[in-house]
Amino acid sequence: MQIEDKKSSLIVLRKTPYGSSLSRSALDVALATAAFDQPVNVLFMGDGVLQLLPTQDSTPIEKKNVAKILASLPLYDIETLFADAGALARYNINPAELTLPITTLDASGMRELLHNHDHVLGF
Amino acid sequence: MIYSVLVLASPNSGLAARSAALFVQAALARGHVIERVFFMDDGCYASSDFRVMPQDEPDAMQLWINLATLHKLELVVCISSAIKRGLLDEAQAKRYETASATTHSAFTVSGLGQLVDATSKSDRVITFGG
Repeated sequence: MQIEDKKSSLIVLRKTPYGSSLSRSALDVALATAAFDQPVNVLFMGDGVLQLLPTQDSTPIEKKNVAKILASLPLYDIETLFADAGALARYNINPAELTLPITTLDASGMRELLHNHDHVLGF
Repeated sequence: MIYSVLVLASPNSGLAARSAALFVQAALARGHVIERVFFMDDGCYASSDFRVMPQDEPDAMQLWINLATLHKLELVVCISSAIKRGLLDEAQAKRYETASATTHSAFTVSGLGQLVDATSKSDRVITFGG
């Protein structure tokens, strides 16, 4: 399928990685959008920042590891993942300990990011 | 304005799925264009043709079918979300050799490309649920 028009999309993930299937769905949308050569970025907000934890192990619950799917995003030219700095702080997550390529944003940075995309898809 | 709608919420939980149908109805009434409605994650349950509603409960699916019939609305269900929820159209039922199709004919089961395509053609994409 050829898609002629280009519109930028921001995929916002606000849910925990395994509390629902929304994280998987959001990442599927991000990958599909990139695969069709549409500009796409991903922002983790609120509880969504828990998806970034490098030590998560989903084997006992027989689910695919969300961190592993996230690690594949750079292969689709999604070079950096944006993360809510306030939420990381609330969960006591040190951005320096995250193995994924992360750019942290404060409230005004997130406002700007949301503003700079044609579409915002919230999961 | 050209809108697309992404439905993530199940019709059986909360109000988001119903709000999506009412939004589409209101937007069309005001002369806007709905490029496509895309159902994903638990939103896919809207397409089930095998549900039986208690007599005193309204059927949320009927709203979509009425809208689709009246306005030639494109209702597309995400294939990867749908098949793991037991929602298969004729083609998928044949492919996976299940006893029968389970989606209503007003809905099409297709890939995420349909969402990306709708997004690229729309001025606004509104997400319900999630």
